[in-house]
Amino acid sequence: MLPLRSALKHSRGLAAAFAATTALLAPGSLAAQDGETTITAVMHSGLRVLDPVITTAHITRNHGYMIYDVLTAVDENFEPQPQMASWEVSEDGLTYTFTLRDGLVFHDGAPVTGEDVVASLKRWGKRDGGGQLIFDVTESLEASDEKTVVWTLTEPFGPLLSVISKQSAVPPFIMPKRVAETSADETITEYIGSGPFVFNQDEYEPGVNVTYEKFDDYVPRDEEASWMAGGKVVNVDRVVWTTMPDALTAINALSAGEIDYLEQVQIDLLPILDASPEVTVETRDDLGYVTIGRPNHLHPPFDNKLVRQAAMAALDQESMLQTMQGDPAYYNVCGAIFGCSTPLGDEADAEIVTGGADPEKAKALLEEAGYDGTPIVLMAPTDVISLINQPVVAAQALREAGFEVDMQSMDWQSVVQRRAQQSPVSEGGWNMFFTNWMVPEISDPLTNVMVSGRGDEAWFGWPDDPEVEELRAKFMKAEGPEAQKEVAVEIQKHVMDNVNYIMMGEYLIPQARRNTIQNMLPSPVPVFWNMTKEAE
Amino acid sequence: MLVYILKRVLATIPVMLIVAIFVFLLLRLTPGDPAAILAGDAATPAQLERIRDRLGLNDPLLTQFFTWIGQLVRGDLGVSLLSNTSVAGMLGDRLGPTINIALMTITISVLLAVPMGVIAAWRHRTWVDFLVMSFSVLGFSVPVFVIGYILIQIFAIELRWVPVQGYKAPSEGIGPFFSRAILPSLTLATIYVALIARMTRASMLEVLGEDYIRTARAKGVRENVVLFRHALRNAAVPILTIIGTGFALLISGVVVTESVFNIPGIGRLTVDAILARDYPVIQAMILLTAGIYVFVNLLVDVSYSFFDPRIRY
Repeated sequence: MLPLRSALKHSRGLAAAFAATTALLAPGSLAAQDGETTITAVMHSGLRVLDPVITTAHITRNHGYMIYDVLTAVDENFEPQPQMASWEVSEDGLTYTFTLRDGLVFHDGAPVTGEDVVASLKRWGKRDGGGQLIFDVTESLEASDEKTVVWTLTEPFGPLLSVISKQSAVPPFIMPKRVAETSADETITEYIGSGPFVFNQDEYEPGVNVTYEKFDDYVPRDEEASWMAGGKVVNVDRVVWTTMPDALTAINALSAGEIDYLEQVQIDLLPILDASPEVTVETRDDLGYVTIGRPNHLHPPFDNKLVRQAAMAALDQESMLQTMQGDPAYYNVCGAIFGCSTPLGDEADAEIVTGGADPEKAKALLEEAGYDGTPIVLMAPTDVISLINQPVVAAQALREAGFEVDMQSMDWQSVVQRRAQQSPVSEGGWNMFFTNWMVPEISDPLTNVMVSGRGDEAWFGWPDDPEVEELRAKFMKAEGPEAQKEVAVEIQKHVMDNVNYIMMGEYLIPQARRNTIQNMLPSPVPVFWNMTKEAE
Repeated sequence: MLVYILKRVLATIPVMLIVAIFVFLLLRLTPGDPAAILAGDAATPAQLERIRDRLGLNDPLLTQFFTWIGQLVRGDLGVSLLSNTSVAGMLGDRLGPTINIALMTITISVLLAVPMGVIAAWRHRTWVDFLVMSFSVLGFSVPVFVIGYILIQIFAIELRWVPVQGYKAPSEGIGPFFSRAILPSLTLATIYVALIARMTRASMLEVLGEDYIRTARAKGVRENVVLFRHALRNAAVPILTIIGTGFALLISGVVVTESVFNIPGIGRLTVDAILARDYPVIQAMILLTAGIYVFVNLLVDVSYSFFDPRIRY
């Protein structure tokens, strides 16, 4: 860039004149208006769906945390903490009594009541996997008065507080009763919460811009903010989320000071930001993401456990993560199906996925299984950057181990439609695909949909696995962290043996901010409370 | 003329109907599931099925088609399957940036390209002609996004004359609009300058060899009058055609430029809608694009008679 800078040096006077003219024509257009503090953030995706209960899309969940509040929330130690409500549990573990704290109001000025909480939890319970399990053992859920909600169970459900406090896919956001009474299969049409920010509907452009304004009547908790728990103190007037489809443009805009924060930075573009001293690159979500391979348990050859084991032995996490991320600072070989940094995560029996590819073992397993060379249809999306590399690396590794692989390239939408087909491969079915999850979404046996062994009712791939279902039922009844961990390790060992899915390791995504943005909280979900913005 | 315009307007009805049937069937035959996008990755097949029912995606194709056509006849473009917002409102928001950038691009292109083409034809086989033709080849050959990045690097990052990205409507101030629209317009203009300059040159070369030009020169008419009043006016028909087609192309095909400069135009709206299989938005966008093509072609045809009095409808 130096020669160009030098060549353009003499144009600076003209530049100043042009800039001054523009400024005269547009007073205040490039600066904050009316002394307001506005944070402009480029998020990983455009916000199109505004209902944080109907969808598991991360951007909609993030939107949920801006405008809604939650009853309870996990802190950085994965411990449920009171947020809107404190709770008491009866000695028999069958009755949970939640008491709403003072000062909770919706953005339209109405107080938050127990009725609102009940309606919101019921709607959430129809969408969320963990919620459905709780409602399976629910005797009643009622508001005994304006501020009290009593949840009575037919049998103990040990992880109830963890499930309703979870931070991702899908947290039970509290909405006004009239909104929460919308069918769980329809999107809501009114966006009023009691959270720290107010959604500005007039300035909302689906997929392009969304503006949030500080909710002046929000009363934060007194505790320090920690992940999704604690005091959500808002120090800015407005937060604008914008979408930039071009990664390089977003980086240029950050360097030029046109935006304050970039939620995700492509690793191959990081060197460009090295040249911007006014920008800090960091990882605030230390849990990160996992990438996984999902075999289809319905059809040959992956209806045979030995063939699934052969595929697991054939694959190598290191080479897959290296191809995806490049820089070892941003990935982590990990065999724990509930994540390597979570309380339930454990790498028991995981050497088969963390110890490198073992094509000889895979060949032996294939021979034992009597694999007849039926080609594996491996779906390979071509339009999602974070999913492009896995099928390519996997196809090569599987071929080296003796599999016949038919890798079929298609757009992600085609993968999404085809993976729902239960028909045999010859009639439009499939054998394997790869996808990614945030670690909080796979961090326990209830939220991790890939662990479900309910056959046709399970997640795509449909393992019919009564043993894992028994273990999940045992987990639900397990009281306390130690008992729950014990069951989680049993599930880990079972999944490593049965190969419900293939854990391919963890990776991190860096983010970047102008140095004027301070006090950002580390959190798996980007949060805009607590942070401050200094003048440039 | 009025009868001709009326006939052409009426002729758009079957054209639009055919486009409507085609786009509807094409979308339904393309793999993809809007319900899966709406519900997210963790939704179970049963949940997706219930959402599809609610969205009417499980209705028979004919029912879906006639529901949509019925809405269209009433002037209702429907609502986005994802954002639940009115498609007409979305188009209204996104059309402004695209049209404004397209108008600015065409203005820049015509102002630069027509004189360039005229001069190149006038100075045929000289270094001026060579220069103009070289620029044309370059303008055609370099991808739009490369030009965009180069302009951003020079004018936004090094010189800091203008912002890197974004869009402001003219109603928010001419300065903010101009400072953000100039780089995308210049980027797009490189292709159109090349296209229009070449067409102008070729058309002018043909006209400049005509007898009436020789006569005008023999009468002692000044050269600029010969070029711009006599020759250019007679060479106008093909140039107008290319400008009209170019404008229609600009309205419908500036996705890359909109992405590089982060302009919330209809190109990006279309691509996003296609990726999400947001049927009502895609259908409306394709109908709109077809309508724009029909309208621009009509406008170009009508304007022929203004430049060439021999053409009468």
